[in-house]
Amino acid sequence: MSEPLLVKGGRVVDPAAGRDGTFDLLLRGGVVVEVGSPLSAGGAKILDAAGLLVFPGFIDLHAHLREPGREQAETVATGLKAAAAGGFTAVCAMPNTDPVNDSRAISEYLVSKARGAAGPRLYPIGAVTRGQAGVDLAEFGEMQIGGVVAVSDDGKWLADGALLRRAFEHARLFGLPVIQHCEDPSLSGGAPMHEGAVSTRLGLPGQPAIAEAAAVARDLLVAEVSGGRLHVAHLSTARALELVREARARGLRVTCEVTPHHLTLTDEEIARSSFSTSYKMNPPLREPSDCAALAAGLEDGTVDAVATDHAPHHEDDKALDFETAPFGVVGLETAAAVVYDRLVRTGRLSLGRFAEVFSAGPARALDLPGGTLAPGAPANVTLFDPQRRWRVDASRFESLSRNTPFEGWDLVGAPAATIVEGRVVWKRET
Amino acid sequence: MTISCLRSKDLLGTEGLSADEIALILDTAEALRPIGERPIKKVPALRGRMVVNLFFEASTRTRFSFETAEKWLSADALSFAAKGSSVEKGESLLDTARNLQAMSPDLIVIRHSCPGVPHFLARNLRAGVVNAGDGAHEHPTQALLDALTIRRRFGRLEGLRIAITGDITHSRVARSNVWLLKRMGASVVLCAPPTLLPPRIEEMGVEATTDFDAALEGADVVMMLRMQLERQGASLFPSAREYYKRYGLTAARLGRAKPEAVVMHPGPMNRGVEIASDVADSARSLILEQVSNGVAVRMAVLYLLLTGHTWEGETA
Repeated sequence: MSEPLLVKGGRVVDPAAGRDGTFDLLLRGGVVVEVGSPLSAGGAKILDAAGLLVFPGFIDLHAHLREPGREQAETVATGLKAAAAGGFTAVCAMPNTDPVNDSRAISEYLVSKARGAAGPRLYPIGAVTRGQAGVDLAEFGEMQIGGVVAVSDDGKWLADGALLRRAFEHARLFGLPVIQHCEDPSLSGGAPMHEGAVSTRLGLPGQPAIAEAAAVARDLLVAEVSGGRLHVAHLSTARALELVREARARGLRVTCEVTPHHLTLTDEEIARSSFSTSYKMNPPLREPSDCAALAAGLEDGTVDAVATDHAPHHEDDKALDFETAPFGVVGLETAAAVVYDRLVRTGRLSLGRFAEVFSAGPARALDLPGGTLAPGAPANVTLFDPQRRWRVDASRFESLSRNTPFEGWDLVGAPAATIVEGRVVWKRET
Repeated sequence: MTISCLRSKDLLGTEGLSADEIALILDTAEALRPIGERPIKKVPALRGRMVVNLFFEASTRTRFSFETAEKWLSADALSFAAKGSSVEKGESLLDTARNLQAMSPDLIVIRHSCPGVPHFLARNLRAGVVNAGDGAHEHPTQALLDALTIRRRFGRLEGLRIAITGDITHSRVARSNVWLLKRMGASVVLCAPPTLLPPRIEEMGVEATTDFDAALEGADVVMMLRMQLERQGASLFPSAREYYKRYGLTAARLGRAKPEAVVMHPGPMNRGVEIASDVADSARSLILEQVSNGVAVRMAVLYLLLTGHTWEGETA
């Protein structure tokens, strides 16, 4: 374990503990020992946090770290470095690797790789079905022993309703949530962008918003009858959000996440950029009314978490025509700053909710440690500089990939340091 | 004429063209058009300039039209039909672009099944790029030749009502015509069966209807589009028979348009599907004139993009 650390003089924003004010934070033995004002160092190393915001460690529920299989796009080591530079103390890794993570062995491999990297924690998400083939259930219990915190077939929506029902039922044995990428392919047609005025103008096939909403509706009904826990990944439409809101009002155990890009960008970017594949992701960028609905859901608590859907692709793979290029954008190194600058600074998201959707919200959604800085909690801390002005420059990313839709954005606010289990794993230089 | 050159090195669509630019292209086409009526169809205007025709999608008339225009202006033309080319073997578009650049062409004419490919090349090449059709997005030289054809008949575009009927969803011709005709002050009504009318098309600033008779009412120009059965599949429209009954242009139907209305079609036609033979071959049909005007418009586009100035006659 690391030496004791005193995080001194920052503004601690910890809604789960009902705390917002200037406090010192004493970390020892991997946990928060004491929160007070002021605390004496008593031999602990001091980290000056004056002028900084101090949050419970940020947790990303949705990242693609590409290892094993596509190490030229990202590895566990580079993905976790990127996560740390983005203020994340933990990352959930989606199972769509090659081979697919549908086993305890691969889960353990990922966890051990992450330990070696000595950065943020990695929580594997296991496949629902073997090979994500949508046929036979994977061994949830074995994978859980290997470290898995949820199951998902990721980009492949479980279209077979009976199979989904069995997955929910089987997952109940282990208390595992089932994460669904809600997209009914019979309605979406796998189209490269959102269906609307822009797709019509550009002559590109579009996926209608109802392809997401219909899938969410079906999944909510199946979750209800099977007593399962549903987590909706990267929810992107106002209509689907409405369905989640109704279901929660009825008491269903359903949680959801939204991404920074769905909060801040629309399909118009594809026209404006003349078909830049940096704006091609799935779900696709929607419309201004969807962005507004998602932001409102974030503030009112319908949305539990901001997740990155960090999807690295090598430059060569993205340098294709819009229809052929793969879906996905990177997000770990811009997520917190984009949401802070575009939602918190514009008054659409309170600082308390900002803290929650990056920490306590995701922790609760998948029963992960953290989410608070109360004494006894894991010493996972994100320090954030609310004044820092910077410009997004993908060439300086820690990630191996550069496919960001935020290139060139001028932002105010940036992560300053990332502390995992009491140890500073990343700190901004200067 | 208030301007003497186009603003861009590329012609990617009609969406971004100003009324002045459109007029410049049409006037230049008008000036170049007589070349095709002479016994010796060649002027040295583009001698020493290299044009590459890159067709990633089957095309007969557009490619022939560009090649004819290139030959008449004495450009060195090279044509690729990209089926079986390195692109099919998995070469990335960027590599294709860089390899092309290494051969120092002056202009690339490209057709591709995916929207945005000409734009991608234009961003990555020093050479100019002409979009000869990108998926269902744009086909600017087709809209320009349509405009030339209409202008030659009516003397103007402004104030005309143009009905475009057919598979609007998959039609780059419709989209390019909408931008151009609106920019020139014409009004456009788009007509298609519900399954082939894309959502929110009226947001392009046009009327949209599924009622063919209503679309024809008062039209000056009746433009019919090819039913692209090879792209649509049976789930979008059940049969040619059913289509013809509701949307086929017959002499009787044409009676709803203005008495002086003309009939156009970008080709290739499906006789008996979207248009009756007697209408296609009637005196009101400008279909073959469109083809001749196509060469003139393409000469104009090539000339303007490659020289950067107006046509000053053969001594220029």
